[in-house]
Amino acid sequence: MELIVAIAIGVLTGSGVWLLLRPRTFQVIVGLSLIGYGVNLFIFSMGRLRANAPPVLQAGAVLNPADHADPIPQALVLTAIVIGFATTALFLVVLLVSRGLTGSDHVDGREPN
Amino acid sequence: MEAAGHLIVMPIVLPLAAGAFLLLLDERRHVIKAVISIMSTLALMVVAIALLGSADNATASSGAATNSVYLLGNWPAPFGIVLVLDRLSALMLVLTSVLALASLAFSLARWHKAGPHFHTLFQLLLMGLNGAFLTGDLFNLFVFFEVLLAASYGLVLHGSGPLRVKAGLHYIAVNLAASSLFLIGVSLIYGVTGTLNMADLAQRIPAVPAQDRMLLEAGAAVLGIAFLVKAGMWPLGFWLPGAYSAAAAPVAAIFVILTKVGFYVLLRLSLLLFGVDAGATAGFGDAWLLFGGMATIAFGAIGVLASQAVSRLAGFSILVSSGTLLAAIGMADARVTAGALFYMVSSTLTIGAFFLLIELVERVQDPAANVLSVTMEAYSDDTQEDVADEEVGVAIPGTLAVLGICFAACGLLLAGLPPLSGFVGKFALLTAMVRPEPVADGVVVAGSTWVLVALLILSGLCALIATMRAGMQIFWAPIEGTVPRVLLLEIAPVAFLLTLCLVIAVQGGQIMRYMEATAQALHSPSGYVRDVLSAQPTPGPNAPSDK
Repeated sequence: MELIVAIAIGVLTGSGVWLLLRPRTFQVIVGLSLIGYGVNLFIFSMGRLRANAPPVLQAGAVLNPADHADPIPQALVLTAIVIGFATTALFLVVLLVSRGLTGSDHVDGREPN
Repeated sequence: MEAAGHLIVMPIVLPLAAGAFLLLLDERRHVIKAVISIMSTLALMVVAIALLGSADNATASSGAATNSVYLLGNWPAPFGIVLVLDRLSALMLVLTSVLALASLAFSLARWHKAGPHFHTLFQLLLMGLNGAFLTGDLFNLFVFFEVLLAASYGLVLHGSGPLRVKAGLHYIAVNLAASSLFLIGVSLIYGVTGTLNMADLAQRIPAVPAQDRMLLEAGAAVLGIAFLVKAGMWPLGFWLPGAYSAAAAPVAAIFVILTKVGFYVLLRLSLLLFGVDAGATAGFGDAWLLFGGMATIAFGAIGVLASQAVSRLAGFSILVSSGTLLAAIGMADARVTAGALFYMVSSTLTIGAFFLLIELVERVQDPAANVLSVTMEAYSDDTQEDVADEEVGVAIPGTLAVLGICFAACGLLLAGLPPLSGFVGKFALLTAMVRPEPVADGVVVAGSTWVLVALLILSGLCALIATMRAGMQIFWAPIEGTVPRVLLLEIAPVAFLLTLCLVIAVQGGQIMRYMEATAQALHSPSGYVRDVLSAQPTPGPNAPSDK
């Protein structure tokens, strides 16, 4: 499981970085989204990967922390997803405005000569 | 907890409430929006000054460093999120509110009508800034960072136009990438230590086993990169002059504090997590900050000399100021830190005033005298036009004389010449660098320090040359036609900020004493750690004991 998650994070982030460095605004926004996914998986995996372990404690049950997954990274990931979603939406608007004002989808607002 | 204890959370709640309420008002009701916004910012300044007073008094009376800790949701420290007020955060709060008041007053002359939701975004920016200065939790810091960044994305586009949208696009892309690095750094640190509370982290880092140390340092380095992007360290600061010079004047003025957020967090974290008590990782990253800061000063100084447009000159001045501060953190010496804090206050106020002044000065400037501004106008369908019409208010007499005096004062402050506060700050920095305490014959000042001293003096010279050249082009070149109309409301904030610079130069002794106490507390972080972790939740009907 660790290997698959690690490869997934690597592929997402690697493709994201490559797209981020491309000259078209659409490529940049897709790149930023992919990096966002990679980062979210990374945060999640920092709580150690566990299968079949609940993150929330049962009231009244005998408590053994070893039976539970770490809930904090899961909470962090939720926050990060929400914030990432909002900023991507905002970037999308700016991208469209830039396209409308300059008539070009190049990140510098004009085609290189 | 009595009412005074809740004052700490006010700098976050007040602008949040004001910003949210402003959203409900119709966009055409400029007057009521402006009044609410100004009232909120004024109240913020009063709260910040009260907090500064309490942070200073608490230390003076009991001897040991006493930081006020506010437990959000009444959960004790390592489990809940805490707000911590110490001298450094109180100082940053006051600085933010003063700069915000000046920018906001300036914007009321015309800029606040240039686009929708200016006041809301401005208040939310203040909320994010204040939260970032107060929080004692690493992930909460990320949230407040995103709040202030999201507001700043809106503000950098305020007034619209192709030039701003292009600069804004770059600014947003760079900051989104930096936010990803922030998250990676935070989660790596959490993965190694199992905590996000800064005080708890400081306690756990010395005990990190040797095989995990590399991961911890990698996390801290990735996290540091995110803040260095904000602070504009070379080679991460190329976005900064473009974005700042394209932004509307009042926005650029408040943005000056954004680079200081990067500096604040780096100062706080490097001394707390990798300070004297950190064991094997003590002093981690100091050399990077020192040499990176020096490279930033050099790059900024060259940029200042090379700038054709005055607004770019101001942008590069920010880089010089950032570089100086970063190098000062890298020195890891309490007296240097004290000097750096003084320098930070002075340079923030100066560059804020400078950005406001540039807008006024550029109305004086004969467009033909500035080749770049002509080319820039050719590329943009002039964005000033739509807001320039209905100007109301009192125009000031002797416009050119007033503007000239203000410009000269900014030049003196940027260059660090007496008699204004720029000199005091730079002098405090240089003294601390070349005469390390305790003074003894055997103490040798390191070679890198001498390079830094030379760079600081040279960057002052560059700033002087550049501002003199710009001033001559603007004020002494022949002006055709009439003198521009400058409103009292526009020049008053500039005069206010510059007068403050004079006041902190006159009150230098007292302010230096405060800065030294701040630096002492920062360099012995055990007081901070103890205060945060020993804060007790308030017992009451809503105590979380039933959970």
